[in-house]
Amino acid sequence: MTSENTAPKLRLDSLTVGYNGKPLISDISLSLRKGEIISLIGPNGAGKSTVLKSITRHIAAISGTVYLDEKNMKTIGGKETAQKLAAVLTDRVKPDLMSCFEFVSAGRYPYTGSFGMLTAHDKEVVLSALEKVNALDIADRDISQISDGQRQRVLLARAICQEPEVIVLDEPTSFLDIRHKIELLDILSDMAKKGGISVIMSLHEIDLAERISDRIVCVKGDRIAAFGTPEEIFSDGTLRELYEINSGSFNALLGNIELKAPRGEIKCFVIGGGGYGVPFYRALQKRGVPFAAGILQKNDLDTAVALPLAQTAVTAAPYSAPTEDEIAEAKRLIDAAGTVIDCGCPSGEYNRYNAELIKYAEDNGKTVIRSLYGLSEAEL
Amino acid sequence: MGPLIGNDRAAAQDVYAADRRGKRNTARYIAVFLSFFVLLIAAVVISIRVGSVDISVKEIFHIIFTGDPENKVAYNVIWKIRLPRLALAALLGGALSLSGFLIQTFFRNPIAGPFVLGVSSGAKMFLAVTTIAMNGIFGSMPLSVTVIASFAGSLLSLLVVLAFTGRVKNMSVLLVIGIMISYICSAVTDLLINFANESEIVNLTHWSMGSFSAATWQDVKISAFIVFPALLFAFLLSKPMGAYLLGEGYAHSLGVNVKPFRVLLILITGVLSACVAAFAGPISFVGIAVPHIVRQLLKTTKPILMIPASFLCGALFCVLCDLAARSLFSPAELSISTVTSAIGAPIVIWLMISRRRKNDI
Repeated sequence: MTSENTAPKLRLDSLTVGYNGKPLISDISLSLRKGEIISLIGPNGAGKSTVLKSITRHIAAISGTVYLDEKNMKTIGGKETAQKLAAVLTDRVKPDLMSCFEFVSAGRYPYTGSFGMLTAHDKEVVLSALEKVNALDIADRDISQISDGQRQRVLLARAICQEPEVIVLDEPTSFLDIRHKIELLDILSDMAKKGGISVIMSLHEIDLAERISDRIVCVKGDRIAAFGTPEEIFSDGTLRELYEINSGSFNALLGNIELKAPRGEIKCFVIGGGGYGVPFYRALQKRGVPFAAGILQKNDLDTAVALPLAQTAVTAAPYSAPTEDEIAEAKRLIDAAGTVIDCGCPSGEYNRYNAELIKYAEDNGKTVIRSLYGLSEAEL
Repeated sequence: MGPLIGNDRAAAQDVYAADRRGKRNTARYIAVFLSFFVLLIAAVVISIRVGSVDISVKEIFHIIFTGDPENKVAYNVIWKIRLPRLALAALLGGALSLSGFLIQTFFRNPIAGPFVLGVSSGAKMFLAVTTIAMNGIFGSMPLSVTVIASFAGSLLSLLVVLAFTGRVKNMSVLLVIGIMISYICSAVTDLLINFANESEIVNLTHWSMGSFSAATWQDVKISAFIVFPALLFAFLLSKPMGAYLLGEGYAHSLGVNVKPFRVLLILITGVLSACVAAFAGPISFVGIAVPHIVRQLLKTTKPILMIPASFLCGALFCVLCDLAARSLFSPAELSISTVTSAIGAPIVIWLMISRRRKNDI
C-alpha cells in the first residue's frame, strides 16, 4: 500500500463543536480511512448531528480543525469540498415538479459549467449513481411521489453523483422499515468496500451499527464516551452506560433487547433449552409474571434471555449435565412455584434431567402447561 | 448468470427510457416557448388594433414598419399611446412574474408573491408621505415624483428586509418580517390618509389600483434599463438557484455560497417588483399565478427554463389583461389588478386542484 492509500481521507483534530459559540462536545479527534465506515451512536440529542454538521460546515466549529484529504477544510473552497465530500442530510426535501433524475443530477453541481448544463458524461454518472442504489426504475418519477425508502436511496444517489471520497450521512435509516434499512446499509457497505468511499454517519440502530461499521464512536451529550471497533464497544457495560439503560437490558453480542423483568415471588418454573424457552420467557414478561428458569447450560441460547428476565435462573456448566446441587435447587424452585411450564425442548445427553424435573412436578401435583396461548396472569 | 443478464438488459432499457424522456421533455419545452412567442405576437397585434380609434391590421404594419405618418391620427394613437402602453405592460408583466418566480424559489413556496416582502406597502407609505408634502409645499404632485417616490419607498423596505436576510437562520422568519413591515407601513399610510384631504391623495388611490394607462416611452426606457439587467443577473444565478431548490442544507454542501446568494436573490426580486410598483402600481396576482402556470406547462422547476418562460408568459399575461382592462367596459377603464386577480386567482385554484387529483392517482 502506498502512503496515499493509508492517509486518512477525513481527520478531525481536537474538534470542538457546538451552537452559537457554546461548546457541546469538546476535543474530538478521529480519522477516517479510505473505504472505512465509521458510525456515530448515542442517545437522542447527544450531539451526533452536531458533529456531522460541523464536518460538513453547516455549522461552524468552535475550535479545532477538520482535514479533508489532509487539507484544512477552512482553506478549501466550496466547489473543491463538494467534489470530495457529499452529505445526506435529514432536511425534508420536497421540491415541486422535479424528477428523481433531475434531483440526483443536482449532485453534478460542482462539476458543471456556469449554467449547470449536464454533459453526456454527467448524465452517465447520474444514471450509474441511480443504478448503484437500485433506483433506475424510478428515475422518471416525481421526487415528491416516492416512498420513504426510495427517497432515502435517491438522496444517497445524489451524494454518490458528486463522486466524493467521503460521504457524511445523518440518520440515513430513520423512518425506514427493516427491509429498507438493510437494503440501504448493504448499498453503503458495497460502496465503501468496492468503491473505496469513506463513510461517516449517525445511526439510531445500534445493532445495525455493529454489523456495518469498522469503527464506532459513542457520542454522549458532552463528550465522546468511547471510540473503537464494534468488538470493543459492544463488550461490557459501554452501551448500558452510553444509553443509561436502567430498566430492561440490551445484549450486545446477540442484539437482544429485553424489557424490564417482572420481579417478586416466583409463580412458575420454566423448563426450557435450545431456544425453546425464549418465547415463554417473553410471554411471561408481557404478563408481568415473575418466574424461574432452568436448568440451562450457560452456553444455551435461552440463557441469554433467561438471565435478564427470570427472577432466578438455574444454570449448569457449558456442555455439561447439571450437578446434584443444581438439580436440588431446581426442585426447590418447583416446590415454590405454582405451575411448571414445559417448553418442549428435545431431550439429549446434557438435559435429560429436565425430563425428570417435569415428572417430579407432576408427581408433586403441580400443573404442567405446554402453551401459554390464551392464559392470563391470574391463571398462572 | 441468467438473472444478471436480465438485470443488465433492464438497466439498458432504463437508459433508453431516460434518453427518450429527455427528448420528449425537450419537445415540450420548445412547444411551450413557441406558443408563448406566437401568442405574444398575436396579443400585441390585437392590442394595437383594439381601442376607440379603429385601425386595420394592414395599417398597423404600415405604420410600425415604415414609420410613415400618412394617417396622422392613427400614427399618433399607435406611437404615442398604444405602443408605449403595450411595451410597458409587457416589460412590467415579465418583471413581475420573474420576480414572483424568484421569490417562490427563495422561500420554496409556490404561493409566495413578489410583494410579500413589503415592497408595495413601503412604496405606498413613501408615496403618501411625499404626496402630502408635495401638495403642502408646491400644491401639486407631478407624475414623475410619484414614480420616484414609490421606487424609493420600495427600496427602503427592501433595505430593511435585506438587513435581516443575513441575520435570520430560518427563512420563514423573513417572510414574517416582510409581512410585519407591510403592516407597519400600512398603519402609517392609513394614519396619513386619515388626516389628508380627499383630493390630495387621489393619486395615491389611483396608484393603488394599478394601471398602465399613462405609459410613456420615457417610462419604458427607464424600466427596460432596470428590468433587463435584472433579468440577466437572474440568468447568471440560475445554476445556484437550481441547487437552492433542494434546500439550503444541500445547496451549501454542493458548494453554493448561501449568504451572498440569498442577498442577491432578494435584491433582484426587490428591484424588479419596485420597478413595477413605481411605474404601474402594486399589480396583484401576476407574480403568483404566472410562474405557477408556467411550471405546470413546462412540468419542471429548472430555473434556466423557468426564468425566460416566466418572463415571456408574464408579458403575455399582462398584455392580455391590460387589453381586457381597457376594452371590456370601454370607454370606462378597469384597474389592471381587477383583471389580473379575476383571471389569475381562478387559474391558480384550478391548477392546484387538477394537480392534486393527478397526484392522488
